[in-house]
Amino acid sequence: MATATLVPAGAGDPRDAVVGASPWRVALHALYRDRSAMAGLVMIFLLAALALAAPLVAPYAPNAQPDIIALKNAAPSLAHPFGTDEYSRDVLTRIIYGARVSLSIAFLSVMVAATVGTAYGAIAGYAGGAVDTAMMRLVDALLSIPVVLLLIAVATLWDGRLGVVGLILMLGLTGWFGVSRLVRSLVMSARADEFVTAARALGASHARIVALHILPQVISPVLVAATLAVGNVIVIEAGLTYLGVGVQPPHASWGSIFHDGMNSLASSWWVSLFAGVALVITVLAVNLVADGLREALNARQLPAR
Amino acid sequence: MTQPPLLAVSDLRTYFYTSAGVARAVDGVSFTIGSGETLGIVGESGCGKSVTALSILRLVQRPGRIEPGSRIVFEGQDLLQLDDAGIRRVRGNRIAMIFQEPMTALNPVFTVGDQIAEVVRVHASASRRAAWDRAVEMLTMVGIPAPAERARQYPHQLSGGMRQRVLIAMALVMSPALVIADEPTTALDVTIQAQILELLADLQQRLGTSIAMITHDLGVIAEVASRVVVMYGGEVVEEARVETLFTEAHHPYTEGLLHAMPRVGRRQERLAVIPGNVPPPTAWPSGCRFRDRCPYAWERCEREHPPLYQIGTGHVSRCHLAEEPERRERARGASPSAVASRGGAA
Repeated sequence: MATATLVPAGAGDPRDAVVGASPWRVALHALYRDRSAMAGLVMIFLLAALALAAPLVAPYAPNAQPDIIALKNAAPSLAHPFGTDEYSRDVLTRIIYGARVSLSIAFLSVMVAATVGTAYGAIAGYAGGAVDTAMMRLVDALLSIPVVLLLIAVATLWDGRLGVVGLILMLGLTGWFGVSRLVRSLVMSARADEFVTAARALGASHARIVALHILPQVISPVLVAATLAVGNVIVIEAGLTYLGVGVQPPHASWGSIFHDGMNSLASSWWVSLFAGVALVITVLAVNLVADGLREALNARQLPAR
Repeated sequence: MTQPPLLAVSDLRTYFYTSAGVARAVDGVSFTIGSGETLGIVGESGCGKSVTALSILRLVQRPGRIEPGSRIVFEGQDLLQLDDAGIRRVRGNRIAMIFQEPMTALNPVFTVGDQIAEVVRVHASASRRAAWDRAVEMLTMVGIPAPAERARQYPHQLSGGMRQRVLIAMALVMSPALVIADEPTTALDVTIQAQILELLADLQQRLGTSIAMITHDLGVIAEVASRVVVMYGGEVVEEARVETLFTEAHHPYTEGLLHAMPRVGRRQERLAVIPGNVPPPTAWPSGCRFRDRCPYAWERCEREHPPLYQIGTGHVSRCHLAEEPERRERARGASPSAVASRGGAA
């Protein structure tokens, strides 16, 4: 039923593109046509594949120190394309292994944040009244706490032994405030939709209304916000690790590699540079996808309003 | 009526507690609907007719509240005394509602078949398959061609008239005893309006459903209703059989509504209007709520809130003219253009 490839991008109503398809398929189709979003998606998949296949693709073991004297801070060469760090470890290998830590922390903590924030915001927005007021004032209070300082404080209390799971939880549980505000306002407006009243008039329970009629409207903005948040969290994790309270040595994350290179930045710039480049590429890719998603999912809204 | 009515609303008060004050949107409304009957509820925007409809199914949202003392007795039980699960068993099952905007009353992300089937799955523990078959059956019944294919389509792929048919199918799928139709034809073209009204009348005949038809359009009332309740300012101002209302309207507001209705065969430069607007529900005027817009108003109307006077059999009117009918004639004599000649009370 899709004769859509004949339609030039941006021409007319996106609904015309895929006749008879569900709104979600229309959105997917729009995303598929968005070149920069697809480029971002491909980059993310490549990075994820590299991270998953790290033992297969990395030229060395992540913490191997082949020759701490001769190979200390060796410049990029054929044997070590990104050079070595001050312990003679191969930077390319460490960046590949670091991708595992950095990417999983970013994606998983955003999932935690999005889930908690959606549930919290949905309850507040659907309940309304005093419940909503109390819940949202709490969020206001939490938002006033500088998150990075809080993270440093907690990480310090744990004496820097949070571990990856601890970091994911920490970042997730401090990252949902914004999402909850977004979801709350979306739920409040969705609640006023006539088809929600219609569903109530037909006898649907609260759980059913939230699950079938309200959350589907909330998903797309949350998806966009979450994708953007992935970029942010990667940077925050790198920052925490750089400050010494994130991922602990000898484990590699992009932040820790960047940190390792800082001591000798003037003489052996490659250590920090390549870690930084990996970070920038990832954040860029994630943002491209987020932009594409926003466009695509806006198109989905067309039939409704 | 010898048997008790299907629905008896008595002294319904629905107030909204806003920062601008207490809005008494529905303020002491009583009426009944018999089995198989179509009751018209008429009034202009803001008169409280939609809030009345929502109140019956307890769908009024904060800051609105149905005041204690109100009673909505349906099939022998007071809906206002039911718990959450109890009222949910009534909604969509025994009493269904058809909304005004077929564009917005359907969820854009589900197929129309799914949405009809959902009602079945909520109320009857039917299998997915059986619910879907029932949905297709309902689409056939409301006259949608190629129902099996249409069921798999999304609301945005259907025309306004089709969507309204889908909403009717959703309302009727559980064969409710009462359907509340809130301006079901207002958003549609005139030709489609006629089709939808015909469909409703036809289904009512077949299923024996009672209908509460809420509208501002007296033409719709004339077509479908047997009895009419006219609302103004959150109150019932007149109630009569439909023929009585059109020939012997008593309340000046009803008179005004009838004059504001365009008619074929009557040459008019401009349509007559009722001057002014409905006052805000936070500050109804003292005495009669219509007095600021009434061509007959005198000092008693300001002083004394009129009760519902009995005018004839099944005909009541909330107007002091019932006790002082000579004032209507005098006012007409003074300014014949104010109100066209029309017979007085029966």
